[in-house]
Amino acid sequence: MALSGSAGQESGPGVNAKLWRFHGGVHPPQHKAESTGAPVRRARLPKRLVLPLHQHIGEAAEPVVVKGEQVLKGQMIARANGYVSAAVHAPTSGVVLDIGDYPVAHPSGLSASCIVIESDGEERWVERTPVEDYTAINPSHMRNMIREAGIVGLGGAGFPSFIKLNPGPGKVVDTLILNGIECEPYITCDDMLMRERPQDIIAGIHILRHALQAKECVIAIEDNKPDAYRIMSEAVASEEKIRVALCPTIYPQGSEKQLVQVLTGKEVPSNGLPIHVGVVLHNVGTAYAVHRAIHLNEPLISRYVTITGDAMGQTCNLEVLFGTPIIDLLDECAADMARLDRLIVGGPMMGFAMHTVNAPVVKTTNCVLATTTQAMPAAQTAMPCIRCGACMDVCPVNLLPQQLYWHSHAKEFERAQEYSLFDCIECGCCAYVCPSNIPLVQYYRYAKAEIWAQEREKDRADLARRRHEFRIERMEREKAERAARLQKKKADVAAGGTKQKGDDKDSKKNAIQAAVERARVKKEAVTNEADPSSEVEDSDKKLD
Amino acid sequence: MDERPNKTLKISAAPHLASGASVERIMRNVVLALLPTTGFAVYAFGLAALLSLFTATLTCVLAEHLLCKLAGRPSTVKDWSVVITGLLYGLTLPPGLPLWMVCLGGLIAVAMGKALYGGLGYNLFNPALVGRAFLQAAFPTAMTTWTPAFSADRFTSLPGSMLAPPFGTPHYDQISGATPLAAMKFEQTLSDTVDLFLGLTSGSLGETCSLLILLGGLYLIARRMMNWRIPAGIFTAVILLSGLLHLSDAQAYPSPLFMLFSGGLMLGAMFMATDMVASPITPLGCYLYGVLIGALVVVIRLWGGMPEGVMYAILLANAVSPLIDRLIQPVAYGTRRSKDS
Repeated sequence: MALSGSAGQESGPGVNAKLWRFHGGVHPPQHKAESTGAPVRRARLPKRLVLPLHQHIGEAAEPVVVKGEQVLKGQMIARANGYVSAAVHAPTSGVVLDIGDYPVAHPSGLSASCIVIESDGEERWVERTPVEDYTAINPSHMRNMIREAGIVGLGGAGFPSFIKLNPGPGKVVDTLILNGIECEPYITCDDMLMRERPQDIIAGIHILRHALQAKECVIAIEDNKPDAYRIMSEAVASEEKIRVALCPTIYPQGSEKQLVQVLTGKEVPSNGLPIHVGVVLHNVGTAYAVHRAIHLNEPLISRYVTITGDAMGQTCNLEVLFGTPIIDLLDECAADMARLDRLIVGGPMMGFAMHTVNAPVVKTTNCVLATTTQAMPAAQTAMPCIRCGACMDVCPVNLLPQQLYWHSHAKEFERAQEYSLFDCIECGCCAYVCPSNIPLVQYYRYAKAEIWAQEREKDRADLARRRHEFRIERMEREKAERAARLQKKKADVAAGGTKQKGDDKDSKKNAIQAAVERARVKKEAVTNEADPSSEVEDSDKKLD
Repeated sequence: MDERPNKTLKISAAPHLASGASVERIMRNVVLALLPTTGFAVYAFGLAALLSLFTATLTCVLAEHLLCKLAGRPSTVKDWSVVITGLLYGLTLPPGLPLWMVCLGGLIAVAMGKALYGGLGYNLFNPALVGRAFLQAAFPTAMTTWTPAFSADRFTSLPGSMLAPPFGTPHYDQISGATPLAAMKFEQTLSDTVDLFLGLTSGSLGETCSLLILLGGLYLIARRMMNWRIPAGIFTAVILLSGLLHLSDAQAYPSPLFMLFSGGLMLGAMFMATDMVASPITPLGCYLYGVLIGALVVVIRLWGGMPEGVMYAILLANAVSPLIDRLIQPVAYGTRRSKDS
């Protein structure tokens, strides 16, 4: 009885299959309820929208409009520049006011190239050609449509989605994981999306599955979102090979590699991708965007954004057009500007604190978190590491964070790499639990940046060294040639004194020949100098 | 354009949340966990214990404060770690030890055990044991002369030896026969296990009552402020090794229970070996380190020249702890084995 019962359960839709655990993890206060009280509504249409050309991982997009041009809602205003890149579309109709540098949501605090659109308030769409039957389109064409729609991973990283829909030749996708974990505190945009748009997400999943030819699909939801879990379970009840997995809440479960481990028990190899273990992950928001891109032919121009924090008068989720300045959202939700102390884009664990309220919402902006010193007091002064090991206990990658800190601090970068520095996912668990309040993640970022800089420097130095070696060689060769010519001349002069005039003609001819030869060598040397690559090639050959 | 005047926002590095753990809180809890043992020391040895422990702690705190000032660093007295050092150091001393020796040892503990290495977080050895090791080497007689516990006048008079002038030979009013370990070693007599467990024997100030030490340790383990693997490793090694020996020759070798509850093993295993700074980090490393200490204790106690070996066992294991940390590392995610490639 029990046996048959459990077997029946496993095949039933929406019932949990076996889950695994990843090492460590933490349980910070959730603060999710604040922003899930009201249904999602559209944010007010801003007067001006600032659209950074670089809202994703990869190359910045290339503008295809000019200043003063009229644009329609959904019209492409910048195209993908290269393979790893994403197009940008006009979120509303209006006029291109400017193309230039504006403050953006980036930890560096630097400005970046943006297209500024002044909205005309009419929301006139470009012509759209919705797809009725997605199965009629071949996967490669579908990927292209998703690419043209500018869709990137909406979980936070912003990697162009079409690339993850191309598993590569010979790669079989066993499991497509739809990431609805949303493990960062405060953020609820995926939660609200799953509650409000389950059918659209499922429609997107169908498209993703078709593009990937995935065998099965799992929607992963943490158990702190019972409503989303119930609604999604109901939505997949009639679906085949789509199930919902309810995962115990723990941070950072939403991290790609950790979630693969939780759902499949497999570890994605270090330096590898989930596809190497037959898994592809997409955020639930991405599935929704894919549905809109294919079934409605709407490019990615807006997203759900959680507006929360104790400095916010009204905490909620809004559907926000990209390019909307964050200050507009603060205004709309009655933020207490006097008490506002930190403005964080993203969650409190991995998001970054903004230096300006003028930056716009972009594709990866899942949360605007405005806090006062009360909810988020300033960090305590760091004390020496007491080697308590708390960081090691919570590290989801099973690293030795205190050793990484030690070696990063001492600038022993090679040792830091021996301790798998580059496997660190910068989730911040270690710094969260550190009793000495050491900003550990900062040390790892610093060490990584230094190592990258050193590697670039080494590449440059190698090139310079090879150039130098070739130059020395060339100079020595020329010197030897000059000496040989001089020798010959001397010999000729000496011989000419004794020889008869009849030979003179010959020697003159020889001299002309030699001059021509010299000029040729010189010319060659000049072209070599001008084109270092050819020089390197030459030197390479010589080194061989 | 209509740029707003920018509001001044605070910039900080992620994560922007903290769990609220602090060094100070951990250290305060360790002191709290030591209080029952301290109280029992005063109960068993009276004024002598009170004065010794007070002097030891005060010396260590003052030394830390002055050495920080001397080094031009802000004083680190407020993190409570030096209070632990002082208290632990005091608890390892024999009752009736001349106070000037208590002061000198405390100074050595903080100066050479901690400050010299760079202060909190950098000491290679447990500072309290460094102080005690110095006294053991410098004043072997004083360090092995035991004023008995539970003497009738312990709350009214101090042992004369305590007030001995510096560098003189202290005079002892009453001297107990021996500690349980010394009795085992030199007189081949075993103390009652229950007496050992409850602390009704003689010995150093804080080592006698295994029960209270265990309770303090369990409190720290429950609060996740102590690595339980270290005492587990020590106890396992001691029980296994001495158990095997006891089985082979019950006359020559004492029982594992005697080994566990006698001498400084309990205090050392719970509060000294677990010094976070001087012990390994990884779970396996902690077991290894514990087993090493346990094995060394058995070897020194049963075959060494001294009756007790906990102090040297821990100091030796402290020395190899960085090596253990280098050799034993956890397997990072995704590096388990590269099977296909």
